[in-house]
Amino acid sequence: MIKLIVFLPLLAAIVAGLGNRSIGNTAAKLVTTGALFVACALSWPIFVGFLTGSREAFVEPVLTFIRSGDLNVDWALRVDALTAVMLVVVTTVSALVHLYSWGYMAEDDSQPRFFAYLSLFTFAMLMLVTSDNLVQMFFGWEGVGLASYLLIGFWYYKPSANAAAIKAFVVNRVGDFGFSLGIFGVFLVFGTVSIPAILAAAPGMAGSTIGFLGHRVDTMTLLCLLLFIGAMGKSAQLGLHTWLPDAMEGPTPVSALIHAATMVTAGVFMVCRLSPLFETSHVALGVVTFIGAATCLFAATVGTVQNDIKRVIAYSTCSQLGYMFFAAGVGAYGAAMFHLFTHAFFKALLFLGAGSVIHAMHHEQDMRYYGALRKHIPITFWAMTAGTLAITGVGIIDVFGFAGFYSKDAILEAAYASGGGGRIAFIVGIFVALLTSFYSWRLVFLTFFGKARWAGSEHIQHAVHDAHGHGHDHGHDHAHAHDAHHDAHPDAEGAGSEPHAHDPGVEQVKHGTAGYHPHESPWTMLVPLGVLTLGAIFAGYIFSPYFVGAETGGAFWKGSIAFNEHLMHAMHGVPLWVKLAPAAVMLTGLAIAWWGYIADTGMPARFTSTFQLLYKFLLNKWYFDELYHAVFVVPAFAIGRFLWKRGDQGTIDRFGPDGAAALVSAGGVLTRKLQSGYVYTYALVMLLGLAGAATWAMAS
Amino acid sequence: MNQLGFPVLSLMLAVPFAAAIACLFSSAQTARWLALAATLVDLLLGILLWINYDLAGPQWQFTEHVDLFGRFAWALGIDGIALMLIMLSVFLMPICIAASWEAIQKRVPEYMAAFLLMETLMIGVFTAQDLFLFYIMFEAGLIPMYLIIGIWGGARRIYASYKFFLYTLLGSVLMLVAMLWMVREAGTTDIPTLMNYDFPVHAQTWLFLAFFASFAVKMPMWPVHTWLPDAHVEAPTAGSVILAGVLLKMGGYGFIRFSLPMFPEASAQLMWLVFGLSMVAVVYTSLVALVQEDMKKLIAYSSVAHMAFVTIGLFAFNRQGIEGGLMVMLGHGLVSGALFLCVGVIYDRLHTREIARYGGLSNNMPKYALFFLLFTMASVGLPGTSNFVGEFLSLVGAYHASSWVAFVATTGVILGAAYMLYLYRRVAYGEAPNAEVASLPDLSARELAIMVPLALSVLWMGVYPESFLAPMRRDVGSLLARIERANPGGDAKIAFGHRPAPAAHEGAH
Repeated sequence: MIKLIVFLPLLAAIVAGLGNRSIGNTAAKLVTTGALFVACALSWPIFVGFLTGSREAFVEPVLTFIRSGDLNVDWALRVDALTAVMLVVVTTVSALVHLYSWGYMAEDDSQPRFFAYLSLFTFAMLMLVTSDNLVQMFFGWEGVGLASYLLIGFWYYKPSANAAAIKAFVVNRVGDFGFSLGIFGVFLVFGTVSIPAILAAAPGMAGSTIGFLGHRVDTMTLLCLLLFIGAMGKSAQLGLHTWLPDAMEGPTPVSALIHAATMVTAGVFMVCRLSPLFETSHVALGVVTFIGAATCLFAATVGTVQNDIKRVIAYSTCSQLGYMFFAAGVGAYGAAMFHLFTHAFFKALLFLGAGSVIHAMHHEQDMRYYGALRKHIPITFWAMTAGTLAITGVGIIDVFGFAGFYSKDAILEAAYASGGGGRIAFIVGIFVALLTSFYSWRLVFLTFFGKARWAGSEHIQHAVHDAHGHGHDHGHDHAHAHDAHHDAHPDAEGAGSEPHAHDPGVEQVKHGTAGYHPHESPWTMLVPLGVLTLGAIFAGYIFSPYFVGAETGGAFWKGSIAFNEHLMHAMHGVPLWVKLAPAAVMLTGLAIAWWGYIADTGMPARFTSTFQLLYKFLLNKWYFDELYHAVFVVPAFAIGRFLWKRGDQGTIDRFGPDGAAALVSAGGVLTRKLQSGYVYTYALVMLLGLAGAATWAMAS
Repeated sequence: MNQLGFPVLSLMLAVPFAAAIACLFSSAQTARWLALAATLVDLLLGILLWINYDLAGPQWQFTEHVDLFGRFAWALGIDGIALMLIMLSVFLMPICIAASWEAIQKRVPEYMAAFLLMETLMIGVFTAQDLFLFYIMFEAGLIPMYLIIGIWGGARRIYASYKFFLYTLLGSVLMLVAMLWMVREAGTTDIPTLMNYDFPVHAQTWLFLAFFASFAVKMPMWPVHTWLPDAHVEAPTAGSVILAGVLLKMGGYGFIRFSLPMFPEASAQLMWLVFGLSMVAVVYTSLVALVQEDMKKLIAYSSVAHMAFVTIGLFAFNRQGIEGGLMVMLGHGLVSGALFLCVGVIYDRLHTREIARYGGLSNNMPKYALFFLLFTMASVGLPGTSNFVGEFLSLVGAYHASSWVAFVATTGVILGAAYMLYLYRRVAYGEAPNAEVASLPDLSARELAIMVPLALSVLWMGVYPESFLAPMRRDVGSLLARIERANPGGDAKIAFGHRPAPAAHEGAH
């Protein structure tokens, strides 16, 4: 059955991909979406089996992979509680995103290609979460990277999409560099790459030292940190995060599936899967906590000033991943996985909701040109509101709360309870919860409340003009159809223009509707929104005891992660102010957003003009891109050119073959013969040599 | 005799040789069909060889031995390593003939004869068991390549073949001298015997360096690599395929057949030289590849970087490294050949290799874009494709030998992704620069027939490499047994300190 879950998407991807235009849109969509819904339907019983405790972990062998001496790697599918969680997350979100794309991509020219990529991605992700050894995990790891590359660059005629796709792949490769070295090191130390075997042997290696690049370092710290570099790349943690915001160049369903719910959480999954390994190194866990908290803060600060709706959600994702990492860093792996689980639902919901808004607003992504959409697209509005309630963690203790209420509070409480560096993470986490609340409500207020500011948008002007020109007054489908001609709109969708400090603020843009009428999305898009809304509301309430319950958690995880019961107990016993702090900052963030974007809309502009430098710093994302461009990209090309012109041509050739030629031509007569019939001369030299050799061999 | 009951290796040499002579006396069209038939027959014989190769049998199989004059003997025989390289050669050959079907219109019979002769000599290199027979095949194999570049090549073909000549001449002269000394010292020209002969340690260094001069050029290793980009750029497509696919593998084959087993102590002593040059090669040529404007040059430089993974693996002195090095040779043979064919496909249409002249080919050539993408991903070592297995094993081995080497070489995976994706983006993505590029036709049936077997092999080798590792396993084992005494060991040296292990979180398990 697990084979069916994993390989059906691959089969569907092959059929849709190779069939492409010859089998047509409908067939490709049916095959891929059907495969995913089957996989999803098969996954939930497995998950429920682990919830009820009726299932045990198992490994299903598939095929021999690499055999080289002691290195034995097999293709095999491992299913335990941790995998089961990922199975339902991946297949559910993927199936819903497939369905959503029927509506969202309806007018695209290359739908089979799109659906094939989506299914290919799902296959790779499933291989990643079911891996029983590090090499297969790496296969899935790189496989999702490939799918992400293909989907970010799906609209390949856009230079910005291509640049973003390459950036995503190469930055991820930097992470994979660490991951690979980690795998090599693991094999060197443990003589195996099988995950259960490594985890069993890890405590025995704690405290040993190993030589690395001329230094002696702690073995387990080295291995964990190398592997963690891989996790940082895939999960867009500070330093290797630059690709994620740019990845918004991909179609919005892709952002929901890959860059919010599943692929970017692979790093968290990896740390949890290898949690007994990380438990052997305090230093490594400290680094995980620190990087997680730093990313959490960084991304949230940047998220507060972005104007592109997708970028806000992208930074939000980055920030939430930071929460998951510092949860893992303080030893609360159950809480990290719980937040991964709930986040998948509400973040996919927010992205798909944003897609629905973008769809309604004729591919305008700049929130400054939104406003007052509440009444025009009410279903999207309510779905997005549910998502926002979930991410900001609204709820009343011991009564009911939205998904994020349970998971985020669990993380914050665990951080507090773990003491030490965890306390710092707790403070950062509380502050970020305030920022989260602010930027999430800011998004809702800018989009759905206030006055309509659509008139200033070029996309809307285009749509209106086009509709009038063709005598269609309420041509939603028509408008969309027009927009699907991407040649006419090279910037039909994307991460929007790079932010500039002199861009107009919300107050400066032209108000009015320009006669445009946004329409609610078709049912194929609304059904996934509805299902995910249910997830965003109830996922926390229902599953909290299993993921983080002090008594019940251990029975659910069954050793698939290093479940720390003591920490879970301590977590439930934190002081009341710790439990109430998230709610307090959430309300504060809401209040500030309400004040700045509903009550007194001139406030943000006044604020930014007062704090110009800070605003620019945040708007330019702490200048990471500029720094990397100057430090890595430019020098790589410059050094490459230097080595080619000065090294190969200027030195090796000059003093090598060309120099020899010059020397020989000075010699005169002999050379002319050499140059006129070099091949024959060479053959002659060889024959003479051989003749000499033969004579000599026979004589001796 | 052997398990097949007829001298199959001699037959594999004779078929293309006879066809080459016949080609010279045929018309263009007959020569094409003759060449295709001969190469296909050799492919079938190769498959027969693979099927009948006995994994549990003796190390050397299908042996033939006929004494000629003096110490010379017509001695043929293969082990698993040679078998795999022969398979690579006979597999690529029909593809090359098919790729030249329409591209070559000038002096077709001679062209086909040159290719068939080259096939004979390549198989000869991998089957020869006599030192001088090997030398003849090894050096003579370059003559058809000179002709192919010099006659059917591009504008600067004279310069390219001249450079090729200068580099290889130097190496082969030194190697010949070393061979003569070895024969006198050991009193035999039989390669299997020589592989177990212990040369004096002080002499090994000089012998090693003499062979190294030849193999390093063939490989090619930095800094004797500059002939390769020029040779590739000037060679016709099929010439590039054979050059990258098979001829470059002769250097690696030389290391594993001669340098390592015959001079184990010298190999260990000079390991730093090999590692040093390989580390430079990975970083240096990858950066140079990044700034190339000519597609073939870019792929040529990437070949130098990939071949560095071979040398790193082979000299790691452990099983993973050596098997990895061999797998990189096989994988790179398929993938670089396929990439040159991809360049050839569009070169045949637009007659330029300048990257900037292309763009947006995904629109009008979707099938082409798919294959090109697959081979690009294989080249960057994506798991599931042939190159991953080799690079992974080779680097695992390297890490055992030295963390520095593994660290520097692994940066190649980042740079490799950068230059290959940058190439793919400029060719397949974006907008077509003009209407001519936008209307280039997609792959023809003939081109599809070339691409499909390559694509399937790349995936096969990536998903189930056991088919290829199994025949070589025992031979790598005997090589390891031979060189183990010289193994310098790695730098990891795990040690348990005296301080107590730090207590992990409570309840971690």
